[in-house]
Amino acid sequence: MTTTDTPRKVDSTPGRAVPKKRSGSAASGGLRRAIPATTLLWVLAALYGVPVLWFVLSSFKPAGDLFSLPLTLFPTNPTVSGYEAAWDSANFSQYFINTAIVCVIATILTVGVSCCTGYALAKYDNKWLKAFFVGILATTMLPGEVMLAPLFLVVRDLGFYNSLAGIILPAVLTATGCFMFRQFFLTVPDELIEAARIDGARELSIFLRIMVPISRPIMLTLAILSFQWRWNDYIWPLLMLNDPEKFTVQIGIQSLVGAQNINWSVLLGGSVISMVPLIVVFLVFQRYVMNADINAGLKD
Amino acid sequence: MTQRASDVTVSPPRRRSKYTVAPLVLIAANVVLFALFFMWPAVIGLVYSFTNYTGVGAFQFVGLDNYSKLFGDSTFYDATTRTLLYTVLFVPLNFVFSLLIANVLVSKHAKGVSVARIFFFIPWLLSPIVVGVLWRWLFGENFGLVNYLIEKAGGSAVPWQSNADLSLLVVVVAASWAWTGFSMLLFIAAIKNVPTSYYEAAALDGAGPWRQFISITLPSIAPTSFIVILLNTIHAMKEYPLFASLNNGGPGTTNNLLVQYIYQTGFKSGQIGYASAASFVLMLILMAVAIIQLIVNRRVENR
Repeated sequence: MTTTDTPRKVDSTPGRAVPKKRSGSAASGGLRRAIPATTLLWVLAALYGVPVLWFVLSSFKPAGDLFSLPLTLFPTNPTVSGYEAAWDSANFSQYFINTAIVCVIATILTVGVSCCTGYALAKYDNKWLKAFFVGILATTMLPGEVMLAPLFLVVRDLGFYNSLAGIILPAVLTATGCFMFRQFFLTVPDELIEAARIDGARELSIFLRIMVPISRPIMLTLAILSFQWRWNDYIWPLLMLNDPEKFTVQIGIQSLVGAQNINWSVLLGGSVISMVPLIVVFLVFQRYVMNADINAGLKD
Repeated sequence: MTQRASDVTVSPPRRRSKYTVAPLVLIAANVVLFALFFMWPAVIGLVYSFTNYTGVGAFQFVGLDNYSKLFGDSTFYDATTRTLLYTVLFVPLNFVFSLLIANVLVSKHAKGVSVARIFFFIPWLLSPIVVGVLWRWLFGENFGLVNYLIEKAGGSAVPWQSNADLSLLVVVVAASWAWTGFSMLLFIAAIKNVPTSYYEAAALDGAGPWRQFISITLPSIAPTSFIVILLNTIHAMKEYPLFASLNNGGPGTTNNLLVQYIYQTGFKSGQIGYASAASFVLMLILMAVAIIQLIVNRRVENR
């Protein structure tokens, strides 16, 4: 993965002749190529977009219209009653607050801890660090799902059962986060640190005052990813939480599905509400997600 | 993406300093988390897999009993084959679609790429629970849009939920739909890194787009293809929430997958020891997958 970066820049010069020739044969040729490619693109986009569109539009239909034939794409009498019912009946506001607490705290801790670890792994060299790096690698081999039962017992014995801390703390250890920061700090020249040392700066203040500020883009990328992981988590909160007052949004939605007779109006409303925060975060920070070097190591 | 290039040049460690205290302080928090939430559970998980522990009270060592019981358990066997079948269907479907879309998105000729990209991305943002609800809504047998359209076109309603194989197929399609955004992102980065001069040379030699794709793009992005297949395989082996909300492993229990089996034996019926044994079988499968793919990858690269 690490080899082919430079050629792109290089070939802009020798390749210059080719675009000129192409632009000579001009507009009709461009259009002839644009039509099939664009058609294919938008057929595919529709394939991915229509399910969501149908889902969201359906959520604005009154409960009585949901199944009335013929099905129509747009709601004839748009209403938000499904949303209101979801928000009230299933204690959604509480779920939302719980999920928000988990996401925000877990994300802050994840970014902080991963930044420290990634920096140490990139810029220092001793046998403890090497051993720990192997350990971090091992966590990618044993995903949480494999350790469900023993991890549950450990967290219970630590006294975190049925608490939001029990969801947050195990999530802070992420190999992906450490690898992302490690990759980033490897690119920071060692001379920067040497210079600061010569000026008499102490190790930890070099980290806090120079390294933390320059790693801001990575922090943001990891924060978005971490927020998404925690927002969408299902099985671990399901195991940890017993008290409906502490449920997260995903458990709330799944409990609506588990009901004997699904109330689709409430379920659709609740599901759409749960999508909103992530979609807002994504649209605001789109370019960071798109440029994320998620090759670096991948596990949630 | 600039990290990558410079990573190669910097990484032979140039005289990194021999400090001890500072790095240990920096990793301290993570070491504690690692010990508590990785080492400890991994060790007791292995120990418990040889016991009849129920989660509370005393327990006895039962040797390999859990493991031998596991292999005699047809439910476990079914869950494993179903998981493998799901993986074998999901991974290629996801691969083909994300590669196709990545190619279309980097194409110079397609219009509206930046907007279309968002359409492929939104499914990836949604939680597996919501994806499950969404596809359950689309593929409802009596009320779903899909059956409605089939009936409109003159067909008869398809039993998407009550036929076990169709029910699995719906999950495969839903999972592939949801995970395209992620795989596509990896492919886009890889395709953009293929030198354009290769294509120009091929075009001068008269190679068409398909020929260029087969002879240039595919070999150039082989390492990324490997990563995508590996990650998707591991992901598929651990799938549970999507099944939970789409058909709850149904109809009946035919589509209960491995993680659901572990969850049910461990937490519903309190057989922690037995569930731990099942977990270790899952781990062995995951490691086997990783090792096989590593070997295959090495072979491909050495060719």
